[in-house]
Amino acid sequence: MQKILVIGAGHGAGQLLDSLRRAGCEDSLTLVGEESWLPYQRPPLSKKFLSGEMSQERLAFRPEDFYTRHQIDTRLSCRAVALDRDAARVELCTGELLPYDRLAIATGARVRKLAVPGATLDGVHYLRGIDDARRLREDWIDKQEVCVIGGGFIGLEVAASARALGKNVTVVEAMDRLMARAVSPDLSEFFLATHTARGVRVLLNAGVEELLGTEQRVDAVRLTDGREIAAEVVLVGIGVLPNQELAARAGLACDNGILVNEFTQTSDDRIVALGDCTNHPNALLGRRLRLESVHNAVEQARTAAANLMGQKLAYNQPPWFWSDQFEYKLQMVGLSEGFDQVVMRGEPETGKFSLFCFHGDQLLAVESVNSPGDHMVGRKLLAACRYPTHQQAADRDFVLKNLL
Amino acid sequence: MQVGKIFSRGDNVPTITLIAHTGEIHTLDVEEGTTVMEAAINNAVDGIIGECGGCCSCATCHCYIDSRWLDKLPVRGDLESEMLEFASSQAGPNSRLACQVEVTDALDGLVVTLPETQL
Repeated sequence: MQKILVIGAGHGAGQLLDSLRRAGCEDSLTLVGEESWLPYQRPPLSKKFLSGEMSQERLAFRPEDFYTRHQIDTRLSCRAVALDRDAARVELCTGELLPYDRLAIATGARVRKLAVPGATLDGVHYLRGIDDARRLREDWIDKQEVCVIGGGFIGLEVAASARALGKNVTVVEAMDRLMARAVSPDLSEFFLATHTARGVRVLLNAGVEELLGTEQRVDAVRLTDGREIAAEVVLVGIGVLPNQELAARAGLACDNGILVNEFTQTSDDRIVALGDCTNHPNALLGRRLRLESVHNAVEQARTAAANLMGQKLAYNQPPWFWSDQFEYKLQMVGLSEGFDQVVMRGEPETGKFSLFCFHGDQLLAVESVNSPGDHMVGRKLLAACRYPTHQQAADRDFVLKNLL
Repeated sequence: MQVGKIFSRGDNVPTITLIAHTGEIHTLDVEEGTTVMEAAINNAVDGIIGECGGCCSCATCHCYIDSRWLDKLPVRGDLESEMLEFASSQAGPNSRLACQVEVTDALDGLVVTLPETQL
């Protein structure tokens, strides 16, 4: 029996442990997590958990007895501080040394901090874990003015949740459109109109100069153009950074994430890495990338489990994501970066449409609003490298499924 | 047969039965308000994945509802129906996504069959 040590207790770690035991792995399994919680689902933190519709118990990836039943040793509230590859052991913040035969690094990502004066005032929040969400939820109970810095998925989901609770919300975005890093301009436009119609004030091309406060508590956000936005609570959502330092200090190859191959193998053949912390190849996309998504974490975890069990299963799927904002379900598959034409299927006025992003004849991505059928067929088309023509994509009477 | 671990029998909560594709039968006591997907995952029933955590985004918790119970369920939503069209196993008129089926007292005794594959 060998010792498998898992560092990090996010969604990917939970899936890895589940996949290993399901595949009949009888090795000793130890999970080390920095947070005090067993693996849980992060997506609801900015949505139903924040608005109070979902209890913390329901966030759990697996119930507590899953870990005891499967004899998984869990070390929570415990940070791994050093990896010694020669001795094949990991040092915890408690000083304890955990030996391993195989190591899985699933350390995830951490929020990028706002670097302006006043950023450490009380009332300035970030959102990554349960504790962050609970702090925000408790803090804004008796506050009305919410300023969201960053018009990406997290920022917009929090804005929608805050509006649902009747708060006044301003979103400050540095770029000239919302979710600019992830979606095509037409989709940005639709969500700008949606948020505006629901009473969210959205400021584009807006840089943050300083957070202003009274007695250590934030009360306004000053923009680079001099405007001041009233803000009793500030939520900063300006991206994440991969937690690669443990690996990098131990000499594992890193470059915007821990470098792994399609089997989640790092530059050390006893060590796999998975999820948000990895930089991995995707043959469908023809390049390496780092992704921040549940699907990526789950699929790399399945791949890593197979690898640890001595099988070769390559991770090679079109990435997909979702976001829920107000009554709209946004589902995206593929990456639209590099598109030269976007074809609209359906009509935005109906609140139900999809955007097919092409580079020439090649379909790069499908972005769907309340159109899960288009999303599902998009996943299959991209996985099979079967592309509709622009005309077929635009024609709602053309059955895309028939291309499969 | 595996019995739900979260509540023991006699707690007076609804009981549901999940029949795996292999024929294995799981009878679970489920707290009201829990979805069929959550009940399956919490009780380690194979055959339900629930990758998106239950927000109707992934179609990996497809199940078939015993016809006797169909009219007791809230009607299938448009988005759910669209997702089901692309489920890994063929969907039928009695197909639902288990994340969209909340267990209530009225569903005590519900029988659900799981498909061969979800991926």
